[in-house]
Amino acid sequence: MRERVLSLYEKWVVKHVAEIGIPRLLIGCFVAALLCVAYLYDMNLSLLLSDSLVRVGRNGILVLALLPAVQGGLGLNFGLPVGVAAGLVGLLVPMNLDVGGWKCFLVATALAAIFGWLAGLAYGWLLNRVKGQEMMVGTYVGFSAVSGMCIFWLLAPFHNRKLIWPIGGIGLRTTLPCTSGMSHILDNLGKLELGQLAIPTGLLLYFLLLCGLVALFFRTRTGLAIRAAGENPLYAKACGISEDRTRLQAAALSTMLAAIGIVAFSSSYGFVQLYQAPLMVAFPAVAALLIGGGSVSRASVSHVVIGTLLFQTLLTIALPVANKVVTGDISEVARVIVANGMILYALTRGPR
Amino acid sequence: MIHPYEPDLLGFARRHAVPVTFVALCLTLCVLSGQGPAFLAGEVVTRLVRNSFTTLSLIVPVLAGLGLNFGIVLGAMAAQMAVIAVVHWNMSGLSGFLAAAALAVPLALVFGWLVGLLFNRAKGREMVTGLIASFFANGLYQLLFLFLVGTLIPFHDPGLLLPEGYGLRNTVNLAPVNYALDDILSATWIPHQGVTWAVGGAKKADSAPSVELPNPVAQNTSGQGTPVKVPIGTFVVIAGLCLAIGALMSTKLGQDMRAVGQDMHIAEIAGIPVDRTRLIAVAISTVLAAWGHLVYLQNMGTLNTYSSHEQIGMFGVASLLVGGASVTRATVWQALLGTLLFHTLFVTSPLAGKTLMGDPQIGEFFRVFVAYGVIALALALHAWRGGNQK
Repeated sequence: MRERVLSLYEKWVVKHVAEIGIPRLLIGCFVAALLCVAYLYDMNLSLLLSDSLVRVGRNGILVLALLPAVQGGLGLNFGLPVGVAAGLVGLLVPMNLDVGGWKCFLVATALAAIFGWLAGLAYGWLLNRVKGQEMMVGTYVGFSAVSGMCIFWLLAPFHNRKLIWPIGGIGLRTTLPCTSGMSHILDNLGKLELGQLAIPTGLLLYFLLLCGLVALFFRTRTGLAIRAAGENPLYAKACGISEDRTRLQAAALSTMLAAIGIVAFSSSYGFVQLYQAPLMVAFPAVAALLIGGGSVSRASVSHVVIGTLLFQTLLTIALPVANKVVTGDISEVARVIVANGMILYALTRGPR
Repeated sequence: MIHPYEPDLLGFARRHAVPVTFVALCLTLCVLSGQGPAFLAGEVVTRLVRNSFTTLSLIVPVLAGLGLNFGIVLGAMAAQMAVIAVVHWNMSGLSGFLAAAALAVPLALVFGWLVGLLFNRAKGREMVTGLIASFFANGLYQLLFLFLVGTLIPFHDPGLLLPEGYGLRNTVNLAPVNYALDDILSATWIPHQGVTWAVGGAKKADSAPSVELPNPVAQNTSGQGTPVKVPIGTFVVIAGLCLAIGALMSTKLGQDMRAVGQDMHIAEIAGIPVDRTRLIAVAISTVLAAWGHLVYLQNMGTLNTYSSHEQIGMFGVASLLVGGASVTRATVWQALLGTLLFHTLFVTSPLAGKTLMGDPQIGEFFRVFVAYGVIALALALHAWRGGNQK
């Protein structure tokens, strides 16, 4: 009897746990537990879920931006702020000209993509010279990009009265409201209201569309080459693929997606955050990818979607629930512990 | 062909590209800052006292092949826990400082051991693991001191707790142990007046700054009459640490560490317990970092409960790299030179930024940019050079 139970246990539990992955399982259970607590405390569940859906759409593209880097063998791209900085520059150009609505969003996205691609090429060029230390160098390149851009925001030639400090006539403000018609433009596109549950259809579709495009890209010739070189550089070389070239493409694509992602984020958030705000942007994104089941050397679009759903739902629900149960802002501390604990776990597991 | 006795300046500059670049940068910024040598000397001496010990604590793991140990932040946390306990027990002076140093050892050993276990599971990416481990530990630290102290942990000291009755205050006054180590023996140099010596804390009472300096504001701006205090006691301790690191490296354990740092597989075959040696290296580094942070805190005189430790790893690593150390090679001299250069840069860059761009805020941003940029640049330069050698 005991042996049968054990064999059943091995057959079902172990196999399924291994398939889902312990972190995904733990976080999933935690989210479910939080939802139960929220229900028991008579909190407005539909409001919480609408909030988390909005946040999934907002942050999803930044998580997606990590994917090409992992696929290309660059590891977790902690240099995401490079792309974010490029995207913010792209976003501020139409805002400076007082363009609003769809025009602003599309122009900003196009400019962000161009700037992101260029910045990504430079970043990739650097990463090609520091093979084996990409994550470490990337982290500090990201940090210095953000702090370098702080000086840029202060000196940049933007003269629109709505963007700069009222005194002095130069220097962008720390937080800028999006131009009229630009804020929540994706959220409101085909917004579904089911009672109190609001679904930001446009935002989610935009995120899924980009996911689809990235998935398609990795089935093209170029995409397959990037993946092959990332998985086995020697084999790729034998096939005539230039590893340096594919790594460059992976870094540029990753940075470009981060730039596009911050435009969508700012538009959905309604505000553009400058200066030190993007400093830590990479860490929650990396945590989300890892929670979704990705690792340092392997990730897929499904990991991105699942990870963003789990992590952002966790963050959204944790704050109000924690505030009901204990006083004080414990959720911020919990966020730090969960996110970094997740990254640590992945770092100690990956292949050597 | 270079004549053997001819000074080969270009070759020297190329071999020591990083420190030479930063010496040049420092000199430029010193000139741009528009401050007198006495002001600069005073600032730099203070920062050498505060930070050399922490920078030196990074050397052992570098030699053991673990790279730059960002996990020293955990050592700093151990030091802060110890110093909070000492303040709570109303201990003061040198005995208080020594008690804190003794108390920090077991804490730092445990933390170092845990970080070492983590590093052994993440061979090849110890640095980024250490960085994330420091963020993670910071989360646990906040959880402990913001929420658990005073609620789950029975600790009721109204002087240390927030008004709500739980959670530690943002700043803890370390006046009881302020200058505990510095004042064992210190020399104060006042330009045009000579040097005064002081043993023990006796000098404190009769040398209030207002007595020595009739018009401190005017003298500070001219940068001429500022007294420069040189805490000989702390420098002796730092020199002792330098010698101790040298001695450690010539023991059996130190040689094992070097062997492991050179090549883990060969060391394993030669019968050296690789994982254990790496653990010991990290533990030593963490304990030294805890002591280094205590030296820093006794000089500062205040503890920012939730932020004093955060920058320790970054500053230490940046200092060591600026001195010309690499991820695999570091010497005591590089650590000292690096601390000197990095902190000169740190003192002068806001002033220089202000002179150049005319905005104090730009100076602040420039300083942060320099700190991050220095690490990025040095890491990239070294990784780059390493790639070329392969």
